[in-house]
Amino acid sequence: MRKNKSLKTVIYHGSIWLLGILMIYPILWTIASSLKPENEIFRHAASLIPSDWKWENYVQGWEGFGNLSFSTFFLNSAFVTTMVVIGTLFSSTLVAFGFARINFRFRTPLFICMIVTLMLPQQVTLIPQYILFHNLNWVNTYLPLIVPAFIGGIPFFIFLMIQFIRGIPRELDEAAYMDGASTFGIFWRIILPLTTPALATVAIFSFYWTWDDFMTPLVYLNDTKLYTVALGLQMFSDPSSVSAWGPMFAMSVASIVPQLLVFLFFQKYLVEGITAGGVKG
Amino acid sequence: MADQINVARQAKESKKLKNQLKTDFIGFGFIAPWLIGFLGFIIGPMLASLYFSFTNYDLLTAPTWIGLENYINMFTNDDRFWKAIRVTFIFVFGSVPLKLAFALFVAMLFNNKRRGVGLYRTLYYVPSILGGSVAIAVVWKQLFGRDGAINEILSVFGIPSISWVTSPDFALSTLIILVVWQFGSPMLIFLAGLKAIPNELYEAASVDGANPFLQFIKITLPMLSPVIFFNLVMQTIQGFMAFTQSFLITEGGPMDNTLFYAVYLYEKAFAHFDMGYASALAWILLLICAVFTAFIFRTAKSWVYYESEGGN
Repeated sequence: MRKNKSLKTVIYHGSIWLLGILMIYPILWTIASSLKPENEIFRHAASLIPSDWKWENYVQGWEGFGNLSFSTFFLNSAFVTTMVVIGTLFSSTLVAFGFARINFRFRTPLFICMIVTLMLPQQVTLIPQYILFHNLNWVNTYLPLIVPAFIGGIPFFIFLMIQFIRGIPRELDEAAYMDGASTFGIFWRIILPLTTPALATVAIFSFYWTWDDFMTPLVYLNDTKLYTVALGLQMFSDPSSVSAWGPMFAMSVASIVPQLLVFLFFQKYLVEGITAGGVKG
Repeated sequence: MADQINVARQAKESKKLKNQLKTDFIGFGFIAPWLIGFLGFIIGPMLASLYFSFTNYDLLTAPTWIGLENYINMFTNDDRFWKAIRVTFIFVFGSVPLKLAFALFVAMLFNNKRRGVGLYRTLYYVPSILGGSVAIAVVWKQLFGRDGAINEILSVFGIPSISWVTSPDFALSTLIILVVWQFGSPMLIFLAGLKAIPNELYEAASVDGANPFLQFIKITLPMLSPVIFFNLVMQTIQGFMAFTQSFLITEGGPMDNTLFYAVYLYEKAFAHFDMGYASALAWILLLICAVFTAFIFRTAKSWVYYESEGGN
């Protein structure tokens, strides 16, 4: 009986490791290729161990193309992402508090509108928004990337915050109200401090989606000086301009390092966010 | 006397109205950011695009009204539109069930208290964190390239090398593999759902002699159905919106065999600047998504089990 059980455990862990290696292989392969000498990348393609560790690939890749190094793209991405995270936190907390706690008229129909936009495909608003931003002369600036975050551009985050605020006992609000706090005071001093875990989740997700986003910057940014990392990498990897594969792989790895770091340190909030949105909703 | 009561009542009512107005004011103040965005950036532009879809508009000259011509052209005279529809449907119906099946299978493997499960969960989630990025798309093209690692591994098993990305038969499968590989989010949602199923149900079923397969069919699936429903809706919509994979890896080719709807729409709008036609395409996409969502919601009654309603 006991032997049977330990055999089962071995099979269990063995098969999970096998499948896990398959899962992670493309990422390990990318990292390995970024360190391989040029002639090895496609000759011993499947191998994960470079014969010679070419760290120069990173130095060479970072120089980018034209007069633009990856420092520019990373700074651009960092700026856009920071602004979007701030904007998202600003709009999602205020709006969520309004929906979750204040009994204003037309609340329910407006709430339903918000839920419907949750399922609206991005492409449907892409073209009319482009026309709008084009007429506002916002094309080729960061405004089309940043401004939507400040006005609740991604209703998923509002939804997530509402779910969270609903879990905070109303007695806290009422007690503060009795003590003479204003509605904004309740929001600022009572609710906001209690939502820190949800704020972390919202911040992390908006960081991910903005850092990853390819379509929005592709549509709105024409000037290469304004390119984000995603666009810069796309241009850098263009088949007609790739002269060396090693640096291309190196910059691919560099571009995902921020995401990996955030994942390693804030995993908990990420998992909570995904499951809160899916199960409680 | 009666007058006094009346006055008092009126005063009370007007105070109530005043309070309600105050609440409205505060409430709308809080949701103002979203409301501005909703009216100005969603509803407004959408109505505008409905109008543009009946016009010929290139952004530079004023739109000219052409009635239903865009829609008629699309349905009767545009082979690439039909191709895009076909490709997108194959992509969605190929990738979503596979992705959800994988997610559920792995979630069930992880639904226990064995040691190391936390680490495994992380390991299996990493591809989902990075999978949507340009970096992975760029790399995927090389991984599945003619001299790429996948072909080299397959050659060990005696399988001749395949031009995954450039062959009309395999290009779409290459993209489907990429999105199925990112099953992390539905997996985590399934896992949370599985943990919420009371263990007593399984114990009772075991006592009654139900085998694991029967338990899966009779307990796990019905108890998990709200979560399956959520995942199905979200993944289907995401599938219809897919863009980056095709745009970067296969560029819609070869021979339009991976021409996702979103890629075709992008091309019409931003390569040809045919905003009227692209607006019409966007509205058709909205209709398709709405029909599918409505279909899933309608059928939900027959297969989604909600405990609070007593189930059915």
